[in-house]
Amino acid sequence: MNATAEMNRWIRFTPAQRVARFAVYLGMVAAIVWALKTIEVIPEFLYDAPAQVVDMGARMWPIDFAHFWPGIWPALVETLHIAAMATILGLCMGIPVGFLAARNATPFPWVNHAARFVLVATRSISTLLWALFFVAMFGPGPLAGALAIAFHSIGFIGKMFSEGVEESNRGSIEALQAAGATRMQQIVMGYWPMVLPTFWSVALFRWDINVRESAILGLVGAGGIGVALNSAIDLLQWDRVSLILLTIFVVVILIEIIVMQIRRRVI
Amino acid sequence: MSTLSIRQLAKEYVAGKPVLRDISLEIEGTGITAIIGPSGTGKSTLIRCINRLIDPTSGEIHFEGKDLAKLAGAELRAARRRIGMVFQEYNLVERLTVMENVLSGRLGYVSAWTAFRRKFSNDDIQRAFDLLKRVGLADFANRRADELSGGQRQRVGICRAVMQSPGLLLADEPTSSLDPKTSVEIMELMRDLARENNVPVVINIHQVQLAQRFAERIIGMSGGLVVYDGAPDGLTQDTLQKIYGGEDWLAT
Repeated sequence: MNATAEMNRWIRFTPAQRVARFAVYLGMVAAIVWALKTIEVIPEFLYDAPAQVVDMGARMWPIDFAHFWPGIWPALVETLHIAAMATILGLCMGIPVGFLAARNATPFPWVNHAARFVLVATRSISTLLWALFFVAMFGPGPLAGALAIAFHSIGFIGKMFSEGVEESNRGSIEALQAAGATRMQQIVMGYWPMVLPTFWSVALFRWDINVRESAILGLVGAGGIGVALNSAIDLLQWDRVSLILLTIFVVVILIEIIVMQIRRRVI
Repeated sequence: MSTLSIRQLAKEYVAGKPVLRDISLEIEGTGITAIIGPSGTGKSTLIRCINRLIDPTSGEIHFEGKDLAKLAGAELRAARRRIGMVFQEYNLVERLTVMENVLSGRLGYVSAWTAFRRKFSNDDIQRAFDLLKRVGLADFANRRADELSGGQRQRVGICRAVMQSPGLLLADEPTSSLDPKTSVEIMELMRDLARENNVPVVINIHQVQLAQRFAERIIGMSGGLVVYDGAPDGLTQDTLQKIYGGEDWLAT
């Protein structure tokens, strides 16, 4: 027994840590209870849900494939156009901001902060909000959709790009400086070739995301396949809704495959 | 008049802890001047102060009628293009071709738009080809820089520096990443190119033997001060001890 008393005791948590951990757990439980009270789950609707799902499934079947060529195909093409335009526009706006946000390419802290603010601000406003804004400005249609996605893309593109720039080899830039290169020349002959792989990877990734984003934009009238989806839901044409959902699903998978193939071969 | 004249140069990265204390040097002629000394004694800082990759705390650096320590903006760039620099890690832009890397030595003379379109003048391109041929890389012009070995990359780095038509060449430990045989070849190349182009060279170097073999003048630094300045054969055991400290490492 004496030996036991002399053994080193290992205590995983100090009493203060125990109290803190208990407080965190208590807070989490309280948050869940509070949330459940706020969202007001109505039990009757919950019991009813399986029957509703079966009912909707029945109305969605059989899928109205005949509607694809006249109704869905043009909308799908518009969606892809919106995504492509938005990606190009987003790159044109995001990359200059990305350079301004990179601390090594733009060694002026206040410019970095301003650029970072632009990146955070454009990204924190969701695509749907941008779309509402541009629909109000230019009226409903693909232009508003493309602009909405492009502006939302700025933050993502700029941030990824500026990180790529900040990781580029300092020594190579130093060598150009030593040769008397201006800041613009350092970008053209130094930073740009070094971040080219990042550029392609960001462009492809963002295009992939933008196709998915442009599919839902029609819900606020900003063009594309979402418009078709919205009107099919409003008109209770469930067999067309299922066709549109299936189309979106297939397109997203196809694009995933395409992007993966390009990545493997190019980057 | 000497090419480069450094007067009372001092550099403190942290106030009160000088890396360079009080350096005064005159560089002239067309030979190699080697700076030796232990790591952390300010050799690199000294070289980088000359072309203002590092801003000195005080002192003057006179080169071609200007005090480099006081220049900024376009004047600094104009001065820098007359000072070529060779780096330990070569510092090529690895995703560009050998030719593009050599031509980037001309950036101080052309506009960004010209550089973007790679519309360098025929003279520049001809000169770049001649230089690549001179260093034995004539067939590598269109290869990407990251396909080259260390020694080949350093040759490209030297071509880039010579492309600037410099009045002074700086080299910051140009052989420290290379094997002994390649190191000697690179030193020979720098010595010969310096002679052919009539340019004095200032080299930071760790290998004392290389310094003695190729330099016409050796500057020993220790603790941010010049402790030896003279001919290579004046470099005795005593002076080496004074530069590097200790003595066991000198025993043979």
